[in-house]
Amino acid sequence: MTWMPVRRVLVTGWKNFARGGAVSAATVLIMTVTLAIIGTLIFISALLSFTLDTIKEKVDVSVYFVTTASEASIFEVKDQLENLPQVASVTYTSAADALAAFRARHANDQLTLQALDELGGNPLDASLSVRAKDPTQYESIVNYLEALPALSAAGAPIVDRINYAQNKEVIDRLSLAIQATRTIGFAVIIIFAIASILIAFATVRLAIYTAKDEIAVMRLVGASNSYIQGPFIVTGVISGVTAAILVLLLLIPATWYAGAKTAGWFGGFNLADYYASHFVFIFLILMGSAIVLGAVASVLAIRKYLTV
Amino acid sequence: MIYFDKVTKRYGDMAALEGVTLSVAPKEFVSIVGHSGAGKTTLLKLLLAEERPSDGTVFFESIDVNDLPSSALHHYRRRIGMVFQDFRLIPNKTAYENIAFAMEAVGRSDSEIRSDVPYILELVNLADKALHFPDQLSGGEKQRIAIGRAIINQPDLIVADEPTGNLDPINTYEVVEILKKINELGTTIIITTHNKGVVDSIGKRVITIDRGKVVRDDAEGKYIL
Repeated sequence: MTWMPVRRVLVTGWKNFARGGAVSAATVLIMTVTLAIIGTLIFISALLSFTLDTIKEKVDVSVYFVTTASEASIFEVKDQLENLPQVASVTYTSAADALAAFRARHANDQLTLQALDELGGNPLDASLSVRAKDPTQYESIVNYLEALPALSAAGAPIVDRINYAQNKEVIDRLSLAIQATRTIGFAVIIIFAIASILIAFATVRLAIYTAKDEIAVMRLVGASNSYIQGPFIVTGVISGVTAAILVLLLLIPATWYAGAKTAGWFGGFNLADYYASHFVFIFLILMGSAIVLGAVASVLAIRKYLTV
Repeated sequence: MIYFDKVTKRYGDMAALEGVTLSVAPKEFVSIVGHSGAGKTTLLKLLLAEERPSDGTVFFESIDVNDLPSSALHHYRRRIGMVFQDFRLIPNKTAYENIAFAMEAVGRSDSEIRSDVPYILELVNLADKALHFPDQLSGGEKQRIAIGRAIINQPDLIVADEPTGNLDPINTYEVVEILKKINELGTTIIITTHNKGVVDSIGKRVITIDRGKVVRDDAEGKYIL
């Protein structure tokens, strides 16, 4: 007996949607646009995060050691740095490796190589390349390094220099830019999402407005408010789910087309790969938004017609 | 059955009804007549609890309609069948579904609906139009479907607001005959109308309203304005 009204509400909601004609089509179209915007915002957000993470990975601080520093004492420093919570990674480059890299980098510059040969020996220092988890944490890492006690066996400091001072301004600006980009990006995403939700909301309201006389008749016939509301909520949810399915399908060719381009422009971020690997997440977000949007908009829109 | 006790309804400074007192007994057929804006429709709206009186009380049997909470209104309205001048059928439902909706709304079972709706469609001579949508029906057919919807739950009272206002003489006659038949079966009917022919054809009690006041209550069925 309790199943009967539920079945009737579902059947009536479906019939209203199927017979709605232009009103149903317009609602689905607007909700498709809304959900497409939400879907696009998910991709933009991922692209933004990927780009910012890529930029962050390019930032590091190098610690150069005096030529007399033993490898053991350098590794001791490396171990200490790796234990710091703010450090993401520490890479050791020996003086020989630095020289080999320098030669490779200037393979076509005979003048520089000739000058290096004339110096004799290896003038380059061993170094540690330190990457922080967050660019704002470089200062504390450098402070830690500068506060380290005597580092050599003889008691002399083994750190020659840290390139933080000359990079500080760039790192600070970059940290600020990343933070600002995240904040602005998030705000833009929220604004677009709210705007598109309001548009979808207005469309559902309009669809229900066209049925206000019908609602009045239902009330006079003696239908309870929940029995009147039910089919409209079902119709709203069906509109939303239809729109979500359309968007999920449209995203396949869209991401496939744009994927190759974004991979080239944004250093390997392929939209199609992201869509494939995050399909369940995107499906849940779009389907959840569609159901909530359809149901909530219907409930709020119909409420004003259910008063005495 | 129905008792209006010194009922006044004001919209702003204007009184649509003023100190109306009247009663309707069970199984009566009452025609309410009056010029446009006299207060006929307001009187029906108060009875249906679509509006609340500014002063006075409306009773339906022992129920004080003013005191009904919103949550109980649908139970109350299930006891009254409504027929409107503009039919007010649900446009995206077929004739069958429009009548069935009134049964669904009160929680009647599918088997009851399957047996009662075809019977009512036969009664209003529209069995062959069961699957037609309202925009595929004539005015008279729409009104007969509306009457079918009003009587399907066997209400205690049928309220018809200008039920023949949009109909030609032949359809008017058919609708009046259906209403008379329903009344003969024991249902109380209140209609509002401008149509002298309708009132004369019914030949029952006539209440005349003018500028919000009851000016005549005639048991002999006379239409005098």
